[in-house]
Amino acid sequence: MNDKRPDPDALLARVEREQIKAQRGHLKIFFGAAAGVGKSYAMLLAARERRTENIDVVVGIIETHGRKETQSLLEGLEVLPRQPIGYKGTILYEFDIDAALKRRPTIILVDELAHTNAPGSRHPKRWQDVHELLAAGIDVYTALNVQHLESLNDIIGQITGIRVWETVPDTVFEDADEVELVDLPPDELLLRLKEGKVYLPHQAQQAIQHFFRKGNLIALRELALRQTASRVDAQMLDYRENHAIHEVWQVNERLLICIGPNPLAERLVRAGKRIAVGLRAQWGVLYVETPKLQRLPAEQRDRVLRALRLAEQLGAEAVTLSAPDMSEAIIEFCRKHNINKIVLGKPGRRGLKRWLLGSVVDELISQAHNINIYLLGSPQLLTDERNEPQSSRRRILPNILVRARPKPPGYWLRYLWAGLITLASTLLAFLLVGRIELANLVMIFLLAVVFIATRYGRGPSIFASVFGVILFDVLFVKPYYSLSVADGQYLITLITMLIVGIVISNLMINVRSQAKVASHRERRAAALYAMSKELTRSQTEIDIVNIAVRHVHSEFSSRNVILFPDASGRISYPKNPGIIESLHGADLSVAQWVFDHNEMAGQGTNTLPGAQAIYYPIHNEDKVVGVLALLPINLRRVFLPEQQKLLETFLRQIGQGIGRIRLSEQAKTTQMQIEAERLRNSLLSAISHDLRTPLSTIIGSASALAEDNGQLQAQDKLELSRAIVDEAERMSNLVNNILDMARLDAGVVELNRQWHPLDEIIGTVLTRLHKHLAGRQVKVKLPPELTMIFVDSVMIEQVLINLLENALRYSPAGSDIDISAEILVNALQIAIADHGPGIAKGLEDRLFEKFYQIRHEAAQSGVGLGLAICRAIIEIHGGRIFAQNRPGGGAMFSFILPMDQAPPSITLEQENSAQLQNHD
Amino acid sequence: MTKIDPVIIVIEDDPPIRRFMLTSLRTQGFNVFEAETGKQGIVEASIRKADVVILDLGLPDIDGVEVIKAIRNWSELPIIVLSARNSEQQKIAALDAGADDYLTKPFGFGELLARIRVALRHSYRSLEQTQTGIFTVANLRVDLVNRLVSIDNQEVHLTPIQYRLLTVLIKHAGKVLTHRQILKEVWGPSYQENAHYLRIYMSQLRQKLEADPTQPQILLTESGVGYRLKLT
Repeated sequence: MNDKRPDPDALLARVEREQIKAQRGHLKIFFGAAAGVGKSYAMLLAARERRTENIDVVVGIIETHGRKETQSLLEGLEVLPRQPIGYKGTILYEFDIDAALKRRPTIILVDELAHTNAPGSRHPKRWQDVHELLAAGIDVYTALNVQHLESLNDIIGQITGIRVWETVPDTVFEDADEVELVDLPPDELLLRLKEGKVYLPHQAQQAIQHFFRKGNLIALRELALRQTASRVDAQMLDYRENHAIHEVWQVNERLLICIGPNPLAERLVRAGKRIAVGLRAQWGVLYVETPKLQRLPAEQRDRVLRALRLAEQLGAEAVTLSAPDMSEAIIEFCRKHNINKIVLGKPGRRGLKRWLLGSVVDELISQAHNINIYLLGSPQLLTDERNEPQSSRRRILPNILVRARPKPPGYWLRYLWAGLITLASTLLAFLLVGRIELANLVMIFLLAVVFIATRYGRGPSIFASVFGVILFDVLFVKPYYSLSVADGQYLITLITMLIVGIVISNLMINVRSQAKVASHRERRAAALYAMSKELTRSQTEIDIVNIAVRHVHSEFSSRNVILFPDASGRISYPKNPGIIESLHGADLSVAQWVFDHNEMAGQGTNTLPGAQAIYYPIHNEDKVVGVLALLPINLRRVFLPEQQKLLETFLRQIGQGIGRIRLSEQAKTTQMQIEAERLRNSLLSAISHDLRTPLSTIIGSASALAEDNGQLQAQDKLELSRAIVDEAERMSNLVNNILDMARLDAGVVELNRQWHPLDEIIGTVLTRLHKHLAGRQVKVKLPPELTMIFVDSVMIEQVLINLLENALRYSPAGSDIDISAEILVNALQIAIADHGPGIAKGLEDRLFEKFYQIRHEAAQSGVGLGLAICRAIIEIHGGRIFAQNRPGGGAMFSFILPMDQAPPSITLEQENSAQLQNHD
Repeated sequence: MTKIDPVIIVIEDDPPIRRFMLTSLRTQGFNVFEAETGKQGIVEASIRKADVVILDLGLPDIDGVEVIKAIRNWSELPIIVLSARNSEQQKIAALDAGADDYLTKPFGFGELLARIRVALRHSYRSLEQTQTGIFTVANLRVDLVNRLVSIDNQEVHLTPIQYRLLTVLIKHAGKVLTHRQILKEVWGPSYQENAHYLRIYMSQLRQKLEADPTQPQILLTESGVGYRLKLT
C-alpha cells in the first residue's frame, strides 16, 4: 500500500480550485499594522514597476491623505475618475466600479479594502467591489490594516479601546493570491506621524493620543506579523499537500460552533473562526432552535440571525435546526457530519440552578465521548456588548426586522380569569371542608392551577398557585384567617402546590408551543408539498412560473416574478402577462447581476441593498436558470431563518421543475431529430432505388437511339422511345410526390379553401385519370342532394387520385372500383373501395407512413409516399384518413372531412333556377 | 389549297426545351421562331405575324404576364403559357391577362401539339360560329340565334343564367376560362369573388347536358383554375 500517493479526490479538488483561480483576477493585499506604515506608497511603487514592464495598470481609487511622497508617485499613472454619489445633501466621490469594469485594465489599484461605500452604491462594501473585479478577471492591488480583519476586530477593539466598524471578511484575506506585509517599527511610525507625514498636522496630535500609542502599535504590529506568518504557514502546508509530503497530512478536522440567542453569539463565531483557522479545520455554525427559544422576543432572534449571517461572511456554513432537545440535536448533527470539535459558550446557568436543571454543556460533555469541546466565555463583556452601538454588521439587516409585537389585547384579562377560577375553587373547597381530608382539599386547588396553566399560560398559573396557596393558608389552615402556619406539615403542602403549579404550567406551555411549532412546520411542509405536487404535474414553463409565483406569494406574502435570460443571456421581462400575484417592474439590472454572479441581491442583502425587491438565483444542477424577484410585504416572513430555509427549498423545487421541463423538451427535440434522421435515411434509400431504376432505362434507351447507325428497325425505335417516355413519366410522378411531401412537411402549404360541389371534384379526378382507368368501371355513389365541401380542391383531388391509383394498382385488372360519400354529423366521409386482396392485418396504420410499401422494390413501386401525402393533406384539412378491409373482400380507404360550416346560401339560384323558364 | 405554314413563336429561356420544341414542331410543319427573353419575344411576335405564341412564364428578364399584356395590346393571337406544377395562381394571372391556354411542365409532345391545334382552330372557329349561329360539339347542339339547346336532338330547357353561362363558354370554346372571367361575363363585375355561384350553376348545367356528370365530356374542369368547353 502506498500511503504517500495524494488522494485522487483531493487532487481533483485542487485542480478545480486552480482552474477557478486561473480565470479569476489575482488579488494582492498590501497588509499593514496601522495607517501610515506606507501601504499606499508600497502599492504605488509596485504599480509603477508594473508600468515599466508595459503592463496596463490603472489607479481605481487611492487616498493620498495629502501625503506628498505618495502623490508624486501618482504622476504618470492613469487614474479613473470617481463616481459622484449624492448622500444627505453632500456629494461623496466613490470608486466607480462600472467604469473600472468597462476600462478592463490588467491591474487596478483599489485602496482601503475595508472602506464602506456611500449608500446607493452597488455594494455596501468596497471589498465586494474588489470581489466583482476579480470575478471579471482583473488583477487587483489593494491595501488593508490588520484591525479591519473581521475575526481580529474584537480583540483589537479590546487592546486599543477603539473599535472600528469597517471590517473585511477573513475569507477575502485568506483567498488573496499574495499578501505583502508593509512593516514599520512603531518608533519610526510615531516619528513619521510627528513629522506630519501620516496625517495632516492638526489631526496628528489627536491620533497619537488616542490610537497611536506605542503599546497599541506594538500589539498591532505583532498581530499583523502573526497573521502574515500564519498565512505563510498555511501556504507551506498547501505546498506540502500539493507535493504529497504525507507526514503532515492531517485528519480532517471539523469544528462546529454552537450559538444561542445571547450577545455572546457573534463573539463566539469570531473566536471559533480563529480556532478553526489555527487548527486548519473546516468549520460551521449551528443554532438549535428549541420550542422555548422560538418564543423569544424578535429582538433576540434577530441577534441569532445576525450571528449566522456573520458566520456566512466569515466563510462558515450556517445551519439552523429545529429540535426539542438542544444537546441531542447537536450530537446528532455532529455524528452526521463527522464533527470532532465543538465550540460553545460557557453555560449561562450557574451553581444550584445548573445542578438542578442541567446545562447543554454538561450534557454534551457526558454524551459526546469522541468530541473535543471548547468553552469560551467572558462574562464581564456581556454587559459591554449589550450597550454596544449599532454595528456595521447590523446594517446588513437594515431595520428590516419588525420589533416584537405589543402585548395582545386580553393579556391582563387572563389574570382576572385565573383569580376568578381560584376563587371558585376556594368556594368549592369551602363547601366541602369538613367532609373530606384537608390533603384532598388541596387537590381542588391543584386542579384549578392545572386548568389555568393549560388555558392561560404560565403567568396566570403562577399567579393562581400563589393566590391559591394564600387562600388555602388563610381559610383552611390553622390558625384560620392568618398567613401564619401552625403545623409545619402544611408548609410542605403549600410549597408542593406552588412547585406543581409552576411545573405543570411550564409543561403545558412547552406542549402548546411544540404543538404550535409542529403546526408551523406542518404548514410549511404542506405548502412545500402543495407546490411540488403542482410542479410535477405542470407541463410547460409558463405553468411552472405561475405555480411558483402563486405559492411563493401565499407563503411569503410577496409579489414575485421569475425572470429568464433570453438567447443572448440577458435577463428580460417575461412575455406572458403573468397572474395577479405577479410582480411588475422588477429591476432587470439587479436581476442580471444575480444571474451573472449566482448570488442573491436586493433589499436586506449585501449587494444593491437599495433595490426594492429581493432577487434570488434559481438553480438547476449548479446552473443558474433564472432569477426570482420577490417584493416582500412583510420582511419578517422572508428573513426568519426557517422561512429562508423554506424559500431555499422552494427555489430548489422551482429550479428542478424548470430543469425537468427543459429536459423533456430537449428529449422531445432529440426524439424528433432521430425521427428526422430515420426518415432521411429511408428517403435516401427509397429515392436512390426509385430514381435510379427509371434513369437506367432512360439512359440505356436514349443512348441506343443516339448511337444508332441505321441498324435499328422503326419498331425498335418506337419501343425504345416509348420506354423513355414511360420511365420519364414515372420519374416525374416520383419527383412530384417527393416535392409535395416536402412542401407538406415544411408546413409552407397554404390551403386555398373554397366551396366546391363534391361531384365536380370527383368528375375532375375521373377525367384526369381517364387514361389510367383503362376501361375499368368506377362506380360513384353520392348523396342525392348537392353536397358542397369547403376544401382546397387541388389537394383533395390529389388525395382522390392517389387513392384511386392505389386501388388500381392493388386490385385485379378489370375489377370495379367504388367511390361513395356519406354525410355524417358535421362531417363527410368519402370512401374508395376495391376488390383486391385487401390489407394484411396490422398494416392499416403503417400504410400511411412515409416510404412504406407493401412490396419492396416491386416493379410498380412509387416510393410509398402516396398515402403519406393523402394523410398529410387530410390532416391539414382537419380530417382523418384510415384504411380497412371491406366486408365483401377488398381494401377500403376512407377519409372524413369536417363540415362545421354551412355552405353559403345562394339567393339568386332561388329566383332563377327553381323555375325552369324556357328561353326567356 | 396552298397552305401557309402556321407561324409559332416559342419564348423560352431554357435551351434544351427550346431545342426540343423547335425540332419537333418543325417536323410537324410549323414555322417556328424562338426567343430567349420576354422582350425579344414581344418583338418576334410583332414582326413575324405569329399564329400562336408559346410562352414560358418563368423568364429571366420580365414577368410572363407582362409579355401577355404587351401582346394583347395589339393582337388577339392565341397564347399558350408554360408553367410549373402547383402554381395555379400564376396560371390564373396569365389567363386573366389574356392567355388562352396553359401547359404544365413537364409535358409530352402530343399534349403540346393538341393544344396548338385547339388554339389554331379556335382562332378560325370563332369566325365560323358568328356566321352560322349554330354551335355543335359531341352530342350538344346550340342554336345561338333561336336560343335552342339540344342533346341528341332532344331539346333541353335551361334557365337564363344557365344559358348565359353556356354561351360564354361557347364564345371561348376550347379556351381555358378562369372563374373570374366567367363570373364577370355572366354575373357582372361585382360577382368576381363568388366562385361558388359558378360552381353550383356549372354543376346544374352538367346535370342537364352531360350523360354522366361525374365523368364530364363537354364541360371540363381545369383544376384550381377554371373551366373549358371541350372542342372535339
